[in-house]
Amino acid sequence: MPVSPPVLAVRALSAGYPDRPVLRDVSLAVAPGEVLAILGANGSGKSTLVRAALGLLPVTTGTISLFGTALPRFRQRHRIGYVPQRVGAGSGVPATVAEVVSSGRLARRRLRWLPRATDRAAVARAIAAVGLADRRRDLVGTLSGGQQQRTLIARALASEPDLLVLDEPTTGVDAASQLAFAATIRGFVAGGGAVVLVAHELGPLAELVSRSVVLDHGRVVPPGPGRTGDRAPDHVHPHAPAEPPGIWRGNHR
Amino acid sequence: MTIEILTSPFMRYALLAAVITGVSAPALGTYLVQRRLALIGDGIGHVALTGVAVGLLTATSPVLTAMLAAVAGAIVIELVRERGRTSGDVALAVLFYGGIAGGVFLVNLSASHTNTNLMTYLFGSPLTTTREDLVVLALLGAAVLAVALGLRPWLFAVCHDEEYARVSGLPVRLLNLLLAVTTALTVTVAMRAVGLLLVSALMVVPVATAQLLAGGFRATQWLAMAIGVLAAGAGIGFAGVYDTAPGATIVLLAIGGFAVTTVVVAGWRRVRRVRPDARDGPAVEPPEVVLTR
Repeated sequence: MPVSPPVLAVRALSAGYPDRPVLRDVSLAVAPGEVLAILGANGSGKSTLVRAALGLLPVTTGTISLFGTALPRFRQRHRIGYVPQRVGAGSGVPATVAEVVSSGRLARRRLRWLPRATDRAAVARAIAAVGLADRRRDLVGTLSGGQQQRTLIARALASEPDLLVLDEPTTGVDAASQLAFAATIRGFVAGGGAVVLVAHELGPLAELVSRSVVLDHGRVVPPGPGRTGDRAPDHVHPHAPAEPPGIWRGNHR
Repeated sequence: MTIEILTSPFMRYALLAAVITGVSAPALGTYLVQRRLALIGDGIGHVALTGVAVGLLTATSPVLTAMLAAVAGAIVIELVRERGRTSGDVALAVLFYGGIAGGVFLVNLSASHTNTNLMTYLFGSPLTTTREDLVVLALLGAAVLAVALGLRPWLFAVCHDEEYARVSGLPVRLLNLLLAVTTALTVTVAMRAVGLLLVSALMVVPVATAQLLAGGFRATQWLAMAIGVLAAGAGIGFAGVYDTAPGATIVLLAIGGFAVTTVVVAGWRRVRRVRPDARDGPAVEPPEVVLTR
């Protein structure tokens, strides 16, 4: 079996504003099946990193490749499922859970005019995977914050991705939804998917994380004793007392 | 006598023109409301006035020149919006008021300048619709509907969450420009029935009404189209019988429908809160009967 390329490889990446770089010389790689947590205080550059990696922000220097293809030439967009930081509930016109999740399928459906049975089945599976099967016809705006977040995860799952990129997925999410959410991610990883998880606190997701990277002022904090560097999944204790609390808790109350 | 007015040929043409507008404006307007760009149609309408004036001045079809100006304006607006600069707001204001001032200025230069001519385009004149006008309207309306209904999944995705659409690899820029150009076509369609200053009302008000009632995006779009047809048809009928301004009548009927719907929906919600149905009832509070024992 050939060695598969990293799902995501970031090399010497700098990004941000010309006079104020947000990221400086960041390098990291995500292997297939790995769950990488990107930790750090607010403003440490976590979101900038994933947004640059997805092509949403311009890169100043450095390279990004997805599944072995350089980002500018990467076309297999359906292999990425992106869950943005949840913005306010309302869009202008109300939409149902099924309508929002279906929009996630377009990456695979492309410009095919009518959805195939496989497209519809994938949407139904994604909604079931986040435990919202009985709410599929409900308006997203009428759901709780946690359920809205799960809707966005279902949207990301609808294209049957190989990589999930989650930006602060559990911020402001109730405990029940956090557990449902952890179960969804566990199922996704069990199916061979890789995950990049941006967080300042991991909560119930901690046990799923196989490796974590800490960002501080736009730089990767080098792994060392007492820090969460490369570790086996069962030894990750992101809130262990040895951790400098300021790194991920800094601005959080 | 009433029946005679309503069945006369000019009435039939007016009715058809209004119905084409009533069905296509909300179909596209749903996306504009979704994206919180409800007033963009108004701006494009302002720009289209310069096109109308150019048409009158050069004795070419004002509808054609209005369409060209509207499309050009819509593309410029979209490019400004895409940059997302705060100064974009001012740039749009310059474009909109430049459009309307240029239009008025040029109309007054033309040999046939009369205020009626200007009023026709500003506030609509469905009763002067000719057979040829109707053909053009039907073609433009069909194009608007083809885009608004045929590309719903993609336009919905872009209007709902543009960044996500970009990550999904959708042709976001192309879809945005298509939406802008189609908005311009809708403005051109609606110019005849309600006029350039009231165009936005038919794109927005039926959608605002429909979203109070409908349980989803697609349902909102269809219901808004039905409301648009109803308001346009009833408005022309009312204007024909009572000799009121047709464009304004259509828009006032649409707004009246919105007001009534708002009150009824709010009242209905209040009734449901006061007397919750059996399913949620007991969960809210323990019944007071328990206390009396």
